[in-house]
Amino acid sequence: MEKIRDLSQLEEIARQVRIDIVTMLNAAGSGHTGGSLSATDILVALFFGKMNLDPQDPHWILRDRFVLSKGHAAPTYYAILARLGFFDPAELLSLRRFGSFLQGHPDCNSTPGVEVCSGSLGQGLSVANGMALAARLDNLPNRVYVLLGDGEVQEGQIWEAAMSAAHFKLDKVTAILDNNRLQIDGKVAEIMSIEPLAQKWRAFGWHTLEIDGHNMDQILAALDAAEEVKDRPSIIIASTVKGKGVSIFENKVKYHGVAPTDVELDIALKELGAV
Amino acid sequence: MSEKLSTRVEYGKTLAELGEKNKDIVALDADLSGSTNTQRFAQAFKDRFFNMGIAEQDLMGTAAGLAVSGKIPFASTFAIFATGRGWEQIRQTIAYGGLNVKIVASHGGVTVGEDGGSHQAIEDLALMRVIPNMAVLVPADGIEIRRMVEWAVTYQGPVYIRTSRIPFPVIYDETYRFELGTGSILRDGDDLCLAGLGLMVHHCLEAAELLAAEGISARVLNLSTLKPLDWELVVASAQKTGALVTAEEHLVTGGLGSAVCEVLAEHYPVPVERIGIRDVFGISGKPKDLLEHFGLMAIDIRNAAHKVMKRKTRPISLELRQVLK
Repeated sequence: MEKIRDLSQLEEIARQVRIDIVTMLNAAGSGHTGGSLSATDILVALFFGKMNLDPQDPHWILRDRFVLSKGHAAPTYYAILARLGFFDPAELLSLRRFGSFLQGHPDCNSTPGVEVCSGSLGQGLSVANGMALAARLDNLPNRVYVLLGDGEVQEGQIWEAAMSAAHFKLDKVTAILDNNRLQIDGKVAEIMSIEPLAQKWRAFGWHTLEIDGHNMDQILAALDAAEEVKDRPSIIIASTVKGKGVSIFENKVKYHGVAPTDVELDIALKELGAV
Repeated sequence: MSEKLSTRVEYGKTLAELGEKNKDIVALDADLSGSTNTQRFAQAFKDRFFNMGIAEQDLMGTAAGLAVSGKIPFASTFAIFATGRGWEQIRQTIAYGGLNVKIVASHGGVTVGEDGGSHQAIEDLALMRVIPNMAVLVPADGIEIRRMVEWAVTYQGPVYIRTSRIPFPVIYDETYRFELGTGSILRDGDDLCLAGLGLMVHHCLEAAELLAAEGISARVLNLSTLKPLDWELVVASAQKTGALVTAEEHLVTGGLGSAVCEVLAEHYPVPVERIGIRDVFGISGKPKDLLEHFGLMAIDIRNAAHKVMKRKTRPISLELRQVLK
């Protein structure tokens, strides 16, 4: 699949993906608006600008692997997979419905392109490490990307896996942390502080980059830089805004797990330039 | 006295043998490779062994990732840590995904001994049995574990196998073939049926001897596939004998006793007595002392047999009534 490195093109895709997200969440009547929108630019840059994939052959042996450890951002993941051609974008409106192959959280046995089940936080980094170990045994060049939430790193397993990736020198693993600073019950800093984040990952032996998670140029540059690092895993701590792109959702705790109402959808579509 | 083998040692040997033939097999442990016996594999195939340290959640997650990428991971640690500490990882990532991870956990039951209640897994089978997609196996001897491990490599999907710390008598010979979901009749009889798991299968056979000396003929089953259970064999045995005793080195809730009662309640209710641990934790002691303390010996099974036969609803012969008096 040809990669898109043109920044304005990526920004345009991200705009369309955000339109998909609010539309499908509104249709579903439930789901995670804030964290889906905060992760959009990261995932668009990653999937369209960086990863080696073949939507015609989801199991292509040389594909780069992706784990959505913060599984509640499934709408973003699904919208991107659909726009890449893994399945018909018309299916996006079936999100969370009975009988749909778009489950509330990613299910690898339901959705083409989804590598692993996720949704219970804290588990994806371990899985990514396992994928990287397998690739090393098979002498395959593929990289493994994993998207973490900031609240998610409150889970102890993340730090077990952080130790393992450094211990096994998994330089093919790139984690991206969607640092939107909010979790369901409030501000991460108030619920259970995770700072100093960068120091923690550095202390665990990770190559650590800090970027603006809504700047396509910075995201691509960080992903490229991670590829050059040898003998260490990399983490990109991406500063983001929860609900990014729609003013009424931005930085609002409430929209962690609430879907846009019809009125809110109209506002969102207007702001995103869909109408 | 018959030959004794350790199921955990035979697991380690078999895994190392299979690793020679099948390069997709990888093994993981959580700092207990000497005890679980994955050490043999680790020594033979350094690059295909991953010691995850004392981190069972990461152990299960990493095994999942290896499985997603086509490897056949065997993840081992003590049964209580594998199924307790790693339960949600097993449930969410491995079993929900239907991933090809083989969890072979040692130190099941109270025969762990001196380490005490913290290390004695008496609920592992219950924890694994409730998870969809999961096959749950308990070998009755050192031969059966070999066949189970060989089978697990050929089977696509998650498997849990429990091994034991202590060696115990061999029941099968090398011709034994393991088949998922198929129990075996080790001895036939008409008056009641004794169904066991693991070491308790041997105790069932001993109990059947005690009963035979009293003129009671017992059928003995090895239900080593706890899930999927050989429910047809259980029902057929209930129909034939009219009473069952289950025996397991596990809580009577959630394991074999529960599974058998579930099947019989739905298909062919007969009296059942459950030999196992009743809502208490283990304690320190020598394995044999603990088996006696928790009522898991042949004599306990024999006593339960008497009890269950008195509860039989179908008529029993005058001679047997005399024996049971």
